[in-house]
Amino acid sequence: MSHSLTLPAAGSTTSTPALEIRGLGKSFPIGGLFTRSSVRALHGVDLTIGRGEIVALVGESGSGKSTLARCVARLEKPNSGAILIDGVDILKRDRFQASRAFRSQLQMVFQDPFGSLNPAHRIEHFLRRSLAIHGKSGGTEEETRRRLEDLMTTVGLQADMLNSYPHELSGGQRQRVAIARALAVEPQVILADEPTSMLDVSVRIGVLNLMRKLRDEQGISMLYITHDLASARYLADRTAVMFAGEVVEEGESLDLLANPAHPYTQLLVSAVPDPARAGSYDPVRRAELRQAVMASTTCAYDGDTNQACSAEEPVRHQVGDPANRHWVRCHLYRPWAGAGGHALAGEPAQPNVPPSNVQEKASA
Amino acid sequence: MTISQVSFGSHEPVLDVKDLTVKYIGDTRSTTAVDRVSFSIGTGEVFGLAGESGCGKSTIANSIMRLLKDPAKIAGGSISFGGKDVLAMSPEELRRFRWQDVAMVFQSAMNSLNPVLTIGEQIVDIFTTHAGYSRKESLRRAAELLELVRIDPARLKSYPHQLSGGMRQRAVIAMAVALKPSLLILDEPTTALDVVVQQEIMAQIKDLQRELGFSVLFITHDMSLMVELSHRMAVMYGGRIVETAKAQDVYANPLHPYTQALMGAFPPLTGPRVPLTGLPDGVKFRNIPDLGEAAPGHLVAPFGADASVIDSANLEGAAR
Ligand SMILES: Nc1ncnc2c1ncn2[C@@H]1O[C@H](COP(=O)(O)OP(=O)(O)O)[C@@H](O)[C@H]1O
Ligand SMILES: Nc1ncnc2c1ncn2[C@@H]1O[C@H](COP(=O)(O)OP(=O)(O)O)[C@@H](O)[C@H]1O
Ligand SMILES: [Mg+2]
Ligand SMILES: [Mg+2]
Repeated sequence: MSHSLTLPAAGSTTSTPALEIRGLGKSFPIGGLFTRSSVRALHGVDLTIGRGEIVALVGESGSGKSTLARCVARLEKPNSGAILIDGVDILKRDRFQASRAFRSQLQMVFQDPFGSLNPAHRIEHFLRRSLAIHGKSGGTEEETRRRLEDLMTTVGLQADMLNSYPHELSGGQRQRVAIARALAVEPQVILADEPTSMLDVSVRIGVLNLMRKLRDEQGISMLYITHDLASARYLADRTAVMFAGEVVEEGESLDLLANPAHPYTQLLVSAVPDPARAGSYDPVRRAELRQAVMASTTCAYDGDTNQACSAEEPVRHQVGDPANRHWVRCHLYRPWAGAGGHALAGEPAQPNVPPSNVQEKASA
Repeated sequence: MTISQVSFGSHEPVLDVKDLTVKYIGDTRSTTAVDRVSFSIGTGEVFGLAGESGCGKSTIANSIMRLLKDPAKIAGGSISFGGKDVLAMSPEELRRFRWQDVAMVFQSAMNSLNPVLTIGEQIVDIFTTHAGYSRKESLRRAAELLELVRIDPARLKSYPHQLSGGMRQRAVIAMAVALKPSLLILDEPTTALDVVVQQEIMAQIKDLQRELGFSVLFITHDMSLMVELSHRMAVMYGGRIVETAKAQDVYANPLHPYTQALMGAFPPLTGPRVPLTGLPDGVKFRNIPDLGEAAPGHLVAPFGADASVIDSANLEGAAR
């Protein structure tokens, strides 16, 4: 592609990170008029993405992954914390003057490749509009045309598909269009929230390969959100594990998944179906892990004079070789009891009443 | 990997599907959703049916259960269960067949529970209407059944909305095996659940299967899960079976390019990180021929240049 800017080599860590999240917190009020309570979707989340780095954020549904992405994309207003893009706190910037510059730095790709494309328009329309909004159309119609064709080629689509309507494309092709639309803006960071989970399995790898290619060739930094650990390992340089709105472990993907230190990570890893690993399910071990996740009484680092444990503070212990940038949160620090939406919290004790007309559903 | 005997349990198959063809008849055109599909399942055997959405898996399951509705039409072939012709069964025979011989759990079954009845009332209902047990006896059995899927029998008094999704799905599985069917059909039983819960439920189904000895038709698009759980499996594409063998053989040595693409879609959790290719967008196989034997018990549809048409319009850049 004919990008004017030349980008630093992938993974260089010396410069300002592309994206830095500090102490991010977000709660949603729930309940009716008289029962004021809230669900804590994010709490004290720190996450850094270096330039040209791909970081995966994994965790079960309800763990807060999408809320984090939505906060960073400014679709949601966090209660606390800082979000720095290129070293500038976007939460502090004036909303009006910041929004355009900001959006051209950061683009989001969503789970549903259909929902994000209005069926009444041809593919060309979406890309043209992105180019125009962000002033990347170039001078002449000829230049715009070339840019459109470039975009299509970059995401692995035929240029003549510009004339197609969304419904004429497969799910994988539509997701490629969504990526092309994000690319039109020449962003530094792409947030991809479960970009392959609605695609047919056989084309998912193709989309992951495309993301890798964009990073390799254009140095775009990425946050890849997924519940699929194997794909995180496949794509991401580093992986962060989110549980009940908090990051509990983080490290280089290969190291993290080979040596998971937090019981929650161990639980996730042990649950991935893997034909190469026979007899993977052990109910006794499973019960222990669940217990350790919800109410651990021991920590592997207890007694380590260099890395004191704490049940009050969310301290981090370094795991193994510092080169792997692998840390785990102290096991003694317990998850928030009211953490919503995760399967491990067990069943809330509920009175036996027939359902009323209220269909409670916290998540959107 | 050596190929030993393919059969599990008796040689008499529980289920035998031959040349099944199902069409959805439209006003202007009809779709052949299932096209001359044949497979059989032995006693106590777990048989997997893999393939991505739209390839015809649920249509097959519904054909076996005789649950197909308009505009679906069985256009050819036969289904025999324990020697009986399923397609010729009378409504009375079907009523018995559905709960006592074959039971099915589908993807969103957990949402199909009646919201205004307790779990206990719903299980008791199955026993009183289909097995003719007394209320008291039914209640006792209902409690046993919940224990079988490791749900506290106190939950008999709970309403569906008071249980988590995973628990509801387990309750549905308990109901499916209530009358000890000889075949359990699982159509994407855990797709809507998180991986930890999914694994626990699948482990439980495996335990139940060992304990009760029923056969399983297991449908999923997750090849890893399928290989872990099935004895034998078949891979479907566009209404056709393109490959069938012991699950371990399909995993270790997938022969059809589509099977290879499906396998390649699941990166491993161990070992070196190697580039995978999957199936490029827009690639299509057409006119898939009948299966031929590539090795004992390992059948694959020939896929030579003239046998399958690959639409290469979008090959470029799709994978790499
Ligand atoms: N708009 C909202 N209102 C209320 N609760 C919400 C809202 N969005 C998310 N939540 C809650 O926040 C938690 C995290 O949700 P989410 O970020 O969607 O998780 P994930 O993407 O990991 O599945 C869940 O408990 C969810 O129910
Ligand atoms: N009610 C219906 N009317 C018309 N076509 C249908 C209907 N149900 C399914 N089909 C078609 O039949 C094919 C197979 O569908 P299905 O058996 O549901 O596949 P799977 O379970 O493998 O996802 C699909 O191409 C689908 O479009
Ligand atoms: Mg989400
Ligand atoms: Mg289906």
